[in-house]
Amino acid sequence: MTDSDVKLIYQRPAGFEDCTTHYCPGCTHGVAHRLVAEVLEEMGELHNTIGVAPVGCAVFAYNYFKFDFVEAAHGRAPAMATGIKRTLPTKTVFTYQGDGDLASIGMGEIVAAAARGELITTIFINNTNYGMTGGQMAPTTLPGQVTTSSPKGRDVERQGYPIKVAEMLSTLDGAAYIARRSLHDARSIRQAKKAIRTAFEAQRQGLGFTMVELLSICPTNWGLNVADSRKWLADHMLPFYPVGDFKVNPAINAAGGN
Amino acid sequence: MPARGWVEINEMYCKACETCVTDCPSQVLALDMSRLSPKGYHPAFMLHPEQCTGCGICAVVCPDAAITVYRGERPAKKEEKL
Amino acid sequence: MTKELIKGNIAVAETALRVGLVSYFGYPITPQTELLEHLSARMPDLGRAFVQAESELGAINMVYGAACTGHRTMTSSSSPGFSLMLEGISYIAGTELPAVVVNVVRGGPGLGNIAPSQGDYNQMVHGGGHGEYYLLVLAPASVQEAVDLTALAFDLAEKYRTIVAIMMDGSLGQMMEPAELPPFVPLREEVPDWAVKAIPGRPKVVLSSIHIDPPAQERFNLRNELKWQAIRRDEVRFREYYLEDAEYVVVGYGTAGRIALSAVRAAREKGIKVGLLRPITLKPFPVQAVEKLVPQAKAFLVTEANNGMMLDDILGIVKGRKSVEFYGRMGGVLPYPDEILDAINALVKGPLILEGDPRDRWLAILEQKIGIGV
Repeated sequence: MTDSDVKLIYQRPAGFEDCTTHYCPGCTHGVAHRLVAEVLEEMGELHNTIGVAPVGCAVFAYNYFKFDFVEAAHGRAPAMATGIKRTLPTKTVFTYQGDGDLASIGMGEIVAAAARGELITTIFINNTNYGMTGGQMAPTTLPGQVTTSSPKGRDVERQGYPIKVAEMLSTLDGAAYIARRSLHDARSIRQAKKAIRTAFEAQRQGLGFTMVELLSICPTNWGLNVADSRKWLADHMLPFYPVGDFKVNPAINAAGGN
Repeated sequence: MPARGWVEINEMYCKACETCVTDCPSQVLALDMSRLSPKGYHPAFMLHPEQCTGCGICAVVCPDAAITVYRGERPAKKEEKL
Repeated sequence: MTKELIKGNIAVAETALRVGLVSYFGYPITPQTELLEHLSARMPDLGRAFVQAESELGAINMVYGAACTGHRTMTSSSSPGFSLMLEGISYIAGTELPAVVVNVVRGGPGLGNIAPSQGDYNQMVHGGGHGEYYLLVLAPASVQEAVDLTALAFDLAEKYRTIVAIMMDGSLGQMMEPAELPPFVPLREEVPDWAVKAIPGRPKVVLSSIHIDPPAQERFNLRNELKWQAIRRDEVRFREYYLEDAEYVVVGYGTAGRIALSAVRAAREKGIKVGLLRPITLKPFPVQAVEKLVPQAKAFLVTEANNGMMLDDILGIVKGRKSVEFYGRMGGVLPYPDEILDAINALVKGPLILEGDPRDRWLAILEQKIGIGV
C-alpha cells in the first residue's frame, strides 16, 4: 500500500479558530458549534456569514468561529439578526441561543421573528436548564427535574409546565423549517447535521424562518458524568421532546431519513 | 489484518471527556493515565491502534473537534521525542 | 426649495429618508405613530428596510443589529417605549455604534397619557440605561428645527460613533408647520472598516459590548470619556434671544422654550429686560453659555414641562451665585405664556432669594393654582 491510498476522513472544520473552547468537557455546545462550522464550510458560506451570539454559556461563541459575529443582549438575538439580515439580505445570518435566551427572556423576539418569516436560522440548544448562571430552572426543565431554583423538583402546580419550542414555532406560517434533533450519540449527531444543513439551505432559498432545536447535555449542572448525562437525555428528554421535523415548507427537499 | 485507519488527537483541544472512548465501536481509544496534557487533562489516545477502522465516529462525537481521522495504511511512526 | 405644511412626526421621518436612512425599526406608540406609519409606506417603495417590531425591545435590538452593518438606521418611540429601549441603548453605546433614536415625550410616569411633556429629560440626558454612556441629545422647538436636527443627527452619529437622540414632545410631533425638507441624497455604498460585512478576504470583525476584563472595560470607558470631551468642546448648540442687555434670563428648551419666548417678548413690551437662552443640545449642555450670563443676570428662571430636571443642571452651573427660580407644569400639561410671564414678573418684583430649593417656591404656587385633587 502506498501513501496515496490514505484518505482524510475527518478534520477540524476550517471555520473554527485555532483555540480551545471554554465549554465543559463533554458539553455538546462543542458538537453544535462544530456542525454549524462544517455545514457552512460545505455550503461555501464561511465568508458570507454573520453570527449572532447569545447570553449564556455560548456568549463567547464569537471567539470560536472564523467569521464575523455580533453579540446580542439576552434574548434579543433574533431581533439583532433581523436588523442585520434586512440590511444585508445576501448574507447568511444565524442566531445561536440557549433555553433562557430563546424560550424565556427572548420568547417575544423568537416568536415574532418566526412569524415574520425572517430569513435567519436559529440554532437552539435545549439542555433543560440555565447553564451559565449555575443550573436554574428553565422553560425547558422537565416536570420533577431538580435544578437550583426547583430544588425539590419542578412542581408544575406552582412552577408551570415546560415549553416545547419546536412544536410551538411550527404553528407559525412564517416558519419554513422547524426541526428537533439530539446530540447524545453519533447517529443523532449525523442527523442533526443534516437538519442544520436543511435549515441553512432554506435560508439561502429565501423560504422563511428556520430553526433546529438540539437536545443537549449539561453534565456540570445536571451533576452527572458525561456518559450518564447522555443516558439521562435519552431516557428523559427524548420522550418529552421528540426528535422530528415539525414544519417543512413543501419547497424543501428534505432528504429521506431525517 | 492491518488497521484500516488511524486517528490523531490534538492534545491542545482534548478535554478528556471520554465521549470518543465510549463511542468507539472498536474499543481503540482510552485516556492516557500516565501523563497530562499541557491543559491538565489525561488526553485520549489510541490504546489499540490495530483495531481502528477509520470509521470516524470519534470525530463525529468529539465536542472539541480535536480528532483527525484517516483511512488507509498509517505511515511508519517517526520518533516524536527523544 | 419650497416649504410645505407638514406634521412634526412626518417631517422627521421624511427627512431621515432623504438623508439616506437605510433601515427603520419601530413600534406604534402615541404620539409618534405617524412617524412609523409614514416610513411603513415610504421605505418599501424606496427599497429600504422597514420592520414594525414585536415591541420596542425588538425595535432597538434590530437597530443594534443594523447599526453593526455601518448603514444608517433609526428608531422612534415615546416615553414608556423609550424606557424599554434603554437596555438596547446601553448595548449600542457599549459597542460604540452610530444610531439615531427619536423620543416624542408624553406625560408620565407610568402609562401616563399621550399629552406633550419634557419628563424624560433625566432619562435621556443623565442616562437611564446602565453603565457609563452618554446620548447626544438634540431638542428642536419647531418643525423646521426638527428637520434640520434630524439631518444633523445622522452626521453627528457617524462622526462620533455615538447614539444621537432627538427629544421632541407630543405637541411638536403632532403640530403642522411650514418647513423645508432637505433634498434626497443617494444611498451610500461604502461602510466603515469597523462594520460587520462578511466579505471574503477581509479580516474577521466581531462587534460586542463585552469587555470581560475590567481593565479593558475601563479603557473602553476612558476612550468614550475622551471622545465626549471633544463633543462637549465642539458640538454645543443653543439660541439666544434678547440676551445682550438682559437682567433676567429665562432658560427653556423645546416647546417650553418656545412658549417662554412668547412670554419674554410680552415682558419686553412692558420694558422688562429679560431674555431667553434656549439650549438645542441638551447633551452636551451649553454650560459656557449659561456661565457667561451669570455676571450680568440678576436672576434665572428655568421653565420646563416637568418637575425641574434641567433646573438641577442650571443650579449646578450657577452654584448659588445668583437667584434661580423655576416654573414648570407636569404630567402632559404645558405651561401657558402668561404663566411664565407671571413668573418673570415675580422675579422682577422680588425679593430675589439665593437660599433654599426653588422647587419649594414653585410647588407652593402650583398647589395654589391646581390643587392636589383628592
